[in-house]
Amino acid sequence: MKYLDEYRDPKLAQQLSRQIHKITTKPWVIMEVCGGQTHAIVKFGIDQLLPDKIELVHGPGCPVCVTPLETIDRALAIASQKDVIFCSFGDMLRVPGSCRDLLSIKAEGGDIRIVYSPLDAVKVAQENPDKEVVFFAVGFETTAPANAMAVYQAAESGLSNFSMLVSHVLVPPAMEAILSSKANRVQAFLAAGHVCAVMGYKEYPPIAAKYKVPIVVTGFEPLDILQGIAMTVQQLEEGRYEVENQYVRSVKEHGNQNAQHLISRVFQVIPRKWRGIGEIPYSGLGLNRQYRDHDAEIKFKLDDIKTKESSDCISGLILQGTKKPHDCPAFGTKCTPEHPLGATMVSSEGTCSAYFRYKRNYQWTK
Amino acid sequence: MCLAIPGKIESITGSAEDILNLKGKVNFGGILKEVCLAYVPEAQVGDYVLVHVGFALSLVDQQEAMKVFDYLKQMGELEELEIG
Repeated sequence: MKYLDEYRDPKLAQQLSRQIHKITTKPWVIMEVCGGQTHAIVKFGIDQLLPDKIELVHGPGCPVCVTPLETIDRALAIASQKDVIFCSFGDMLRVPGSCRDLLSIKAEGGDIRIVYSPLDAVKVAQENPDKEVVFFAVGFETTAPANAMAVYQAAESGLSNFSMLVSHVLVPPAMEAILSSKANRVQAFLAAGHVCAVMGYKEYPPIAAKYKVPIVVTGFEPLDILQGIAMTVQQLEEGRYEVENQYVRSVKEHGNQNAQHLISRVFQVIPRKWRGIGEIPYSGLGLNRQYRDHDAEIKFKLDDIKTKESSDCISGLILQGTKKPHDCPAFGTKCTPEHPLGATMVSSEGTCSAYFRYKRNYQWTK
Repeated sequence: MCLAIPGKIESITGSAEDILNLKGKVNFGGILKEVCLAYVPEAQVGDYVLVHVGFALSLVDQQEAMKVFDYLKQMGELEELEIG
């Protein structure tokens, strides 16, 4: 496919790898924020093309992984109600709640439907006026334009049986939370290209300046990621900490302003709890008051949720980049993609799942 | 989750005045899907758009897309000079 295949050329990847080897003189720790990048790095073995001095740590950029347990339990409570059609992206179905997951509710007869787009859930609501249709709106800024449009269209057409269980998170506050943590090892970021396609990268210069870290907006194909790393290492070696854009073909400095306009009309910035990390101020999106009729949390009044997290799981430390999957005694034994204990093993973009799938279930040998 | 795929717009229905109903048929390596173009009303047939969960998020800048290869080509020539 055009704009994908040519960015996977192994010869050019080797060439970029040689360049990175040439410019690297000191040890550096670089975090890729987005789970999609983590998946690509492990899948294509990009980390193994790098000098020993460069360590990639994997960030919290998997919305499935960071959706708080309370929200998963709320989703389970709503989905098991009679007269509810619960719509979700497929990767949320096996995320473990306190005692079960959406897939098991579906197996027990719950009407749970996997949709490709939130607009598909709006259509389900139009076709089923006697049912309550709830869409599980998880995601980063990348997914916010689609979810904003679904709520907006439902409100405009008076579709009162459509609501959203919202667990939207924002990337820049999470980057700041990582950088300000005492355990932080991250010296530079590859920023998530598709988040920036929506939001642009004007939020990043203050972060780069405050914490003295280079931030390079990076795409998702092997050549993108290698070039992003090369640009990052160049800055680190020269002692610069600027915001640069590797992914110019898809990301403009100001992002997509049409999308930002609708996001700020439908959503407001709120504090949000991240699974495994805790609450981060100003790190989430919730529906504006004007759209509260479409807020599933208000519609279904589920306040008395009591959660129980697996005590064996260290996904919180993995999401913050302080531990790797093989540091966990449960990794690949008690915890596998078939029977995940924590969210980083469930989603294909979760670090544990990527390591397991691409047979990184042995000690780091580099 | 933030997966977005570039595809080529084959046809457009609706108009830029009614952007909520602005849609396009987008070709992803032979698979055609309907995509909401509300956020890229300037898109034309033949353009490549970056699509996430049924929404075009940005136009792919075809000139910028080639730059990485120009850069790598130059670098490759330099490497050859150094080896030679």
